[in-house]
Amino acid sequence: MRTSSEIETISKRASRAAGFTWGVSEEVGKCIKSLELYQISGLENLNDYLKQIKNVEPKGPKKIEHKNSLKEGNFCPIYTGVALMDASNRVMELKTLSIQSIDFPILLIPFLNRISYKIGKMIQVKFDEIEILLNLNNYISSNSDLRKKILKSTERLTINVIENEDTFDANVWDSLYKLSSETFVEESESYHHY
Amino acid sequence: MFKVEHRDPKKIMTLSRLGSFHQSKLSFLRSFIREFKNWKFERNIFDLSDQGYGSAVYSVNNGERTYSLVCFANELKSDERSDRVIATKWDAAFVLHDGVPTQSDLDRLRENVPKQEVGRVSYKELTLSRANKSVRIFDHVIQRLAAGMQPDSKLVNEVGYLYRTTAVYGSGKFGLADRYRIKDRPEICGPFRLEMMLVYLVRQFTFDQVNHIAKCKNPQKAVELSHDIARNLGIGNSTGLGMAPFIVNHPTLLHNWIFSREEALRQIRQIENVNTEDFEFFKSCFDRSKKNINSWITESEYQNEKIEQLKQDLKKLDNDLFPKLDSKQKHLWNTIYNYVELNLSDEGVEYVVSMMMEPYDSIIEPLVAKMSSEEDQHFDIPGEKKVSELLSIVENHYSKFLDINFETKESVANFWFISKNKEEPRIANRYEENGSDLEQPLAIARDIANLYKKLKSSNQSSTVAEFLLLNQDIRHVVRRCFIVENFPYSEIQDNTIDENLVPIDMLRLKLSFFGAQKFDPRSDKWLRINMYQGAPLIHELNSSDDTWMYDLV
Repeated sequence: MRTSSEIETISKRASRAAGFTWGVSEEVGKCIKSLELYQISGLENLNDYLKQIKNVEPKGPKKIEHKNSLKEGNFCPIYTGVALMDASNRVMELKTLSIQSIDFPILLIPFLNRISYKIGKMIQVKFDEIEILLNLNNYISSNSDLRKKILKSTERLTINVIENEDTFDANVWDSLYKLSSETFVEESESYHHY
Repeated sequence: MFKVEHRDPKKIMTLSRLGSFHQSKLSFLRSFIREFKNWKFERNIFDLSDQGYGSAVYSVNNGERTYSLVCFANELKSDERSDRVIATKWDAAFVLHDGVPTQSDLDRLRENVPKQEVGRVSYKELTLSRANKSVRIFDHVIQRLAAGMQPDSKLVNEVGYLYRTTAVYGSGKFGLADRYRIKDRPEICGPFRLEMMLVYLVRQFTFDQVNHIAKCKNPQKAVELSHDIARNLGIGNSTGLGMAPFIVNHPTLLHNWIFSREEALRQIRQIENVNTEDFEFFKSCFDRSKKNINSWITESEYQNEKIEQLKQDLKKLDNDLFPKLDSKQKHLWNTIYNYVELNLSDEGVEYVVSMMMEPYDSIIEPLVAKMSSEEDQHFDIPGEKKVSELLSIVENHYSKFLDINFETKESVANFWFISKNKEEPRIANRYEENGSDLEQPLAIARDIANLYKKLKSSNQSSTVAEFLLLNQDIRHVVRRCFIVENFPYSEIQDNTIDENLVPIDMLRLKLSFFGAQKFDPRSDKWLRINMYQGAPLIHELNSSDDTWMYDLV
């Protein structure tokens, strides 16, 4: 079994060798390590992607907008992830973003998970038939098994910042509150706390 | 109120100062021995041939958890023995196992541990190492013990160890457990504690091995190595450039080490009334330590000059400062510190700083617990900040770099790279060797100067995120800027690719925090040191005194 430390190092060095700068490659190392810890096939997606861009210049967004598209070609998941992460405040402000045509969208997931942590909100990601929920870089849940998934590209990926809301009915809260209050003790008149 | 500030990082974080650091009460060897004092020790397996080849297992237990050192001693021809990192065979190989190894663990480890980098260990293993015998004394010690005599103490003291390690690996290398799996264990909260544990137990193995071989050679007459001689033997270590990038690549860890030292010094200098006993304790450590300096033998001209300077500094203290010092005066430590900073060399100043910590368990112990770091927590770049804010961080924390002219050949003479042969960091001259296009991101001064130029010509009200969209080539140093803003001791304040760089200064910094003594540079790129020389033997641990390193024979 390869260790997280080995996965991070090899991903970083391979990305550098494929033409990304050291600073960006450091981000890739962290992200692939994180994907593999969730047992999502980060290394396999990265390997295929780095082979694909051997003779092409990967492109990232020049600005983060509601709708992001390129005139020609697909977005690079690494440059897109880095740009989104740096602009995480903008992501929070926009709340809903779409990305037209992006390569290897699974590689974008750990960047979005880190954004979720930075902004303190859950993020929902959708592409093809896949829906993924990212929660503060703590867990990833999906309607699809991502463990062996390698996805070369997607036509459209959407990102939704989910407002923090209760998942339960107010009546449930009241009921539990009532039960919890049974741990309280009635204060007698003889106590005077100021 | 009398208030002492932390020392200025721009002064302390220069390589000449960092390369003058000495072991102290904060050092990892010493904090490990303090932690280890009451642990139970057992030799579970000792299955060596008459010549000393075979395997052994030692276990230590703190009442809650057990760690085991697994040793494999191999026959090695003299022409196969090499301390260089390109070696593929060693006299002995070691691994620290989490718990007590089963037979199947031992079989697996026997197959892999002697191969070191090309073998594979598992998450059940914590640290990995190998070592070679000191040819000069190993055979001599056995011959003497077998003949019923103790070894020549002069020769033994000159070398200082029976074995010399050439690498100690941890944290996820070659399949070893990742740090996140074990980092919350309270008994290993100090940095490199498991590496320290491995080396200490290896030391015990070296004693047991020589006693065993001598006994097999001459069962009737052989004697055991005397405790006094054994105590005076440590474990040697040859260290190369691998350590240098480590301190650049772990900025918050570096900060936590240096900050602990600076905070200790600040608190000590602030003490208003110094107890007579504390001052006497300092003086006694100081006097005892001086004889260690005389036993510090090296052929390195660079090191000998530093040792000579240190000796002169200490003489100055004995002749000029101590006789005139009123030990009852207020803020005594501050007076001493001000004197040494003004009158001594970097070697002398840092030596005295280490000594000043000796009386103060209550100051040091809480700081030891803060010397680890979670680098990942400080990794993200705050892209929402403005270019003007980033510019001001560069001007405040890196002003020294901005004065360097990186147009000259001398200032960019070197480059750091990873060697293809051994995947280890190396340094080479950019104008003499190929490969500078594969340079590692360790030229921080040059890249910060480049960042500064780009920041100056950018829109100051843009966000860092916007700036980075056009400047990803310097992203690695933008990250460092936001680290140094909060961790001022995280950055070496020197140009690490300058023609005149002395890489062993970077090694010495790290090794001083390990607690190594007797730095012996063999070139400007590697050195030998001694670990645990003078340390209590296992059976002496629970009655040991924390100042053991000042009692070398």
